[in-house]
Amino acid sequence: MEGKKIRVLIAKPGLDGHDRGAKVVARALRDAGMEVIYTGLRQTPEQIVETAIQEDVDVIGLSILSGAHTHLFPKVMELLKENDIKDIIVMGGGVIPEEDIPELKKIGIAEIFTPGIDTRDIIKFIKQKVK
Amino acid sequence: MFDKEEMKKIKQSKKEWENNVVQKTLERFPERKDKFVTGSGKEVERLYTPVNLEESDHNKDLNFPGQYPYTRGVQPTMYRGRFWTMRQYAGFGTAEESNKRYKYLLDQGQTGLSVAFDLPTQIGYDSDNDMSLGEVGKVGVAIDSLKDMEMLFNGIPLDKVSTSMTINAPAPVLLAMYIAVAEKQGVAPGKLKGTIQNDILKEYIARGTYIFPPIPSMRLITNIFEFCFKEMPLWNTISISGYHIREAGSTAVQEVAFTLADGIAYVDAAIKIGLKVDDFAPRLSFFFNAHNDLLEEVAKFRAARRLWAKIMKERFKAKNKKSLMLRFHTQTAGCTLTAQQADNNIARVTIQALAAVLGGTQSLHTNSRDEALALPAEDSVRIALRTQQVLAYESGVTETVDPLAGSYYVETLTNEIEKKALEYIEKIDKLGGVTQAIEKGFIQQEIQNSAYQYQKDIEESKRIVVGVNKFKIKEGSPKGLLKVNPKVGRRQVEELKKLKEQRDNYKVKENLKLLEKAAKTNANLMPLILDCVKSYATLGEVCDVLRSIFGEYKESVKL
Repeated sequence: MEGKKIRVLIAKPGLDGHDRGAKVVARALRDAGMEVIYTGLRQTPEQIVETAIQEDVDVIGLSILSGAHTHLFPKVMELLKENDIKDIIVMGGGVIPEEDIPELKKIGIAEIFTPGIDTRDIIKFIKQKVK
Repeated sequence: MFDKEEMKKIKQSKKEWENNVVQKTLERFPERKDKFVTGSGKEVERLYTPVNLEESDHNKDLNFPGQYPYTRGVQPTMYRGRFWTMRQYAGFGTAEESNKRYKYLLDQGQTGLSVAFDLPTQIGYDSDNDMSLGEVGKVGVAIDSLKDMEMLFNGIPLDKVSTSMTINAPAPVLLAMYIAVAEKQGVAPGKLKGTIQNDILKEYIARGTYIFPPIPSMRLITNIFEFCFKEMPLWNTISISGYHIREAGSTAVQEVAFTLADGIAYVDAAIKIGLKVDDFAPRLSFFFNAHNDLLEEVAKFRAARRLWAKIMKERFKAKNKKSLMLRFHTQTAGCTLTAQQADNNIARVTIQALAAVLGGTQSLHTNSRDEALALPAEDSVRIALRTQQVLAYESGVTETVDPLAGSYYVETLTNEIEKKALEYIEKIDKLGGVTQAIEKGFIQQEIQNSAYQYQKDIEESKRIVVGVNKFKIKEGSPKGLLKVNPKVGRRQVEELKKLKEQRDNYKVKENLKLLEKAAKTNANLMPLILDCVKSYATLGEVCDVLRSIFGEYKESVKL
């Protein structure tokens, strides 16, 4: 990874306006030396995947606190598959019940970070995954 | 508040105490930290004394409850007369399910309703819109048309309860539906009591459920002010909200400053369309957060009350006493709740609710212990409501008015918060007002900086969160969480289809056309929206008409 910065897209799918977590994570990743693009609110899965491709990111971080993750996370994964993208790591965060996590991991989401997480753990996770 | 001679003596003895007593103690027992700070990061002194209040003037700064500048409360007798309204924010799934929850809460002794709408409703989309996918009925109840609203309040007499509705961008539409339901119950608009949030500026700043750009949004808001002045004298036309600003990570000072700055913008807008300040200002209400730092929060409420009274009197020359009074609802701080050891949240909520009561709130929502995990389950909501009842009936803090007044610390904090908030307001004035400050990203950035600092403090253990960065345990997964029925979305869509077959579509079209025409003029849109919803035009249809004329807001993203 010498010389090349890790590129991360932090995205807010759906209608949920809670962006405190997304913005804090975005800043923490940036302070850790990553290139961070933040989409702003109300992004459709299509817009998110398009931005990820255009920006050539290594990681997508999806943040939802409304409970719509069971619909919107799979939609993003499907679209990535349709576009034949396999090398982007997708992680999720927000108010996500523990019982939903196994299903989300099964469809290819690398990790789910829930309230109370330390941003340093997210940084560590990304650095291990992006090689 | 102290004469010069006495002050001199106190200063002298304080110095002696510091040099002789404190110094010796510090040598043997150093303090826990080099620097002590409030929940908002303001440095706290070891001891507060009359010296901190040297400049204070009792009758000018505090005066008596129910008297300008209302520092000690808006009512002369406060909770000796009547407790605050216990109002739990609730709503999920279909109107039918939410109706059941409301009836349960009223049965349990709740004294007012507070409706949570789902995100599509809050952003003016019907349940069958593509944008609504996965969101229907999730964070609140799904309302597509008057039909849902009729179900929501079925069997609840609207002349007996007061209802607060957390609705902003499409507030005129939901208010119109409420009026229409009441009419069917035989209750005239003039008898209705309650509040619509109707505060678009904080949506741009912190909450995110905006639809239209600022200018037409402000028009809809002032349309409501004008309509309610004539038709609904008991209705609170807006709830100017600091709650979400605080949840987004602001400090206590920023919460007061940005909320009152928003308030100033609404008063300006209403005056600009020709309303008289004393005609609408008495119906303005506020909504604040109650965070963890008990005494700082109490001071915050008192400071907000005093500062708003001064602004209304000095800046806007309001004469009516009611125009000067900052009446507010409080909710405990959702962002302080932890997913870890969730039962600990009951203690947090108790402290926060106590702050609201000691701060003189008019109504209160106490959060449930499980809200960092899911929407609250019924028994969690009951504990939250019982917390308020224990405070009201058992704690004793309600028996006298503003019991913390005169505390050297609380009064000093009150003064400081007022001063710092005023400095922010002056800065916002210089930027050209709140709308400009939002467009420049100034307010959002200030909040983000505070939020980031807060998170860093937790991670560096400068700030302890019990169960998160200290006193951790291994836990099993939580049980008994509320799950929203996954069929809600499909059901709403089916009902919507049926509605569109059954209603008089010709009439709907006509009414929507009239609304479209009026939206292009300066007319007050409330009566036209009322006609639309009465003919069962859907929320999405009404908002689409307005979108076509007003356009949509795009946020300015800055990290």
